[in-house]
Amino acid sequence: MSLLTSLRNLDRRWIFLAVGLLVILPLVFGLHIAPVQPSFRARGFYDAIERLPEGSTVLLAGDYDPGTAAENYPMHLAAARHLMRRNMKIIALALYPAGPPLTDQVLAIAGQEFGKQPGVDYVNLGYKVGNELVMSSMGQSIPRTFPMDKAGTPVEQIPVMRGIQNFGQIKLLVSISAGYPGTKEWVQQVVSRFHLPMVAGVTAVSAPEYYPYLQAGQLQGLLGGMAGAAEYEVLVEKPGLATRGMDAQSLAHLFIAFMIVLGNLAFLPERKNGGGRP
Amino acid sequence: MKRTVPFLITMAAGLFMLVAFFVPHPSVRVLYTEMQTWAIVVVGFTYVLGVANLLRINTRHVARRERDWPFKIVLIAGLLATMAIGFSEGISDIMDPSVLGYSETGSRFQWVYITFYSPMSATMFALLAFFIASAAFRAFRIRSFEAMLLAIAAFILMLGRVPLGNAIHPVIPGAADWLMEIPQNAAKRGILIGAALGVIATGMRVILGMEKTYGGGEGS
Repeated sequence: MSLLTSLRNLDRRWIFLAVGLLVILPLVFGLHIAPVQPSFRARGFYDAIERLPEGSTVLLAGDYDPGTAAENYPMHLAAARHLMRRNMKIIALALYPAGPPLTDQVLAIAGQEFGKQPGVDYVNLGYKVGNELVMSSMGQSIPRTFPMDKAGTPVEQIPVMRGIQNFGQIKLLVSISAGYPGTKEWVQQVVSRFHLPMVAGVTAVSAPEYYPYLQAGQLQGLLGGMAGAAEYEVLVEKPGLATRGMDAQSLAHLFIAFMIVLGNLAFLPERKNGGGRP
Repeated sequence: MKRTVPFLITMAAGLFMLVAFFVPHPSVRVLYTEMQTWAIVVVGFTYVLGVANLLRINTRHVARRERDWPFKIVLIAGLLATMAIGFSEGISDIMDPSVLGYSETGSRFQWVYITFYSPMSATMFALLAFFIASAAFRAFRIRSFEAMLLAIAAFILMLGRVPLGNAIHPVIPGAADWLMEIPQNAAKRGILIGAALGVIATGMRVILGMEKTYGGGEGS
């Protein structure tokens, strides 16, 4: 009984410490608990890019900011690598104000690895205020919606933008999204209206929202959270941040499940007596 | 008059955008595109309004020495300093690549982004892991059959979504997929359809002038 009393009075800082250690230690030492198995959702994402003819133009929307970078950045980077490996032309943009520097980073890393030139093989159009209005406006004219890239170069002077008028010249939309505006809005404003094929990489907490779109075929693939990113990294044969994070996430999930069981055991006597915490 | 004119503008703009969506005629398309550009400009101005409001509210807090006022000073100083750095750098000069615009890698503004904004923003989100673990211990009480179902679903999903689940038993990821694809998807689809109908109804009420709360009124 004294053990249960101690458990009930457990200082939450011990829980914080345990979570911290369970996350940090696997990231530092790499436990390799179990191999990552790609799901059909991640495979759909991968296959949609594989099916495109080489040299196709792809829209890469990085609608997230550093808050969700742990989940979105690895999938963003893996997508940029996959697209560049297949020699796609990338038009990148962000509908989150703090998104463009992250897009710059992934394009620079992937571009360097595959010897791609900014402006020739890819462009970062930067951020544009307006949420769904920007998406809808791009359907009429991309150069009018984004007259300049992020660095201020007029789009007519950017080789990768030559011949690009609207979504008619884009073969695939890759949405990396943390919430609003993001995947849901791209589906509603662009996929439904302009029939542009689309794949999405989203945060784990928001992923369930997009399952109906996946089942309806409006999304051809879906990466959910860091786990989805890790599955995709396995498919593109370039394990990175997400794959490394899987050990930490596995242990953290196990610990949370353990905490639910422990919490119920600890407060069991109170429930039997008809009391207990809310 | 002060309220009727905005409502009439809203009605005219709403009806035009609704009809124009279905009309591919070039003359309608041109105006449709033009109005979207106007809307983007108007949304841009709301950011200015947001900054002004933030400054107004927080300076008032500081002036009155209200609760946590020193934090408001940090907020105001951070906002003004970031804006000052951004405006001082301006946009890039395409004729002179040595002049770095605020958005260019290596600029002072980007230094602020990488050094302050990025880690602080990531930290706020990362704190969730600690609070979820603590809440799991203190608040997730299995008191009823429904709560037990929720707990079982949570266990399956938490383990099925990570490689550890597959290592324990290959059935776990399959069960997690079934939960997400069937019951979860059915519920989510119902919510989506309900929300979409609600949005259509609200949109029609705004266009027809029945919804007046956005104009400072009391509703219909």
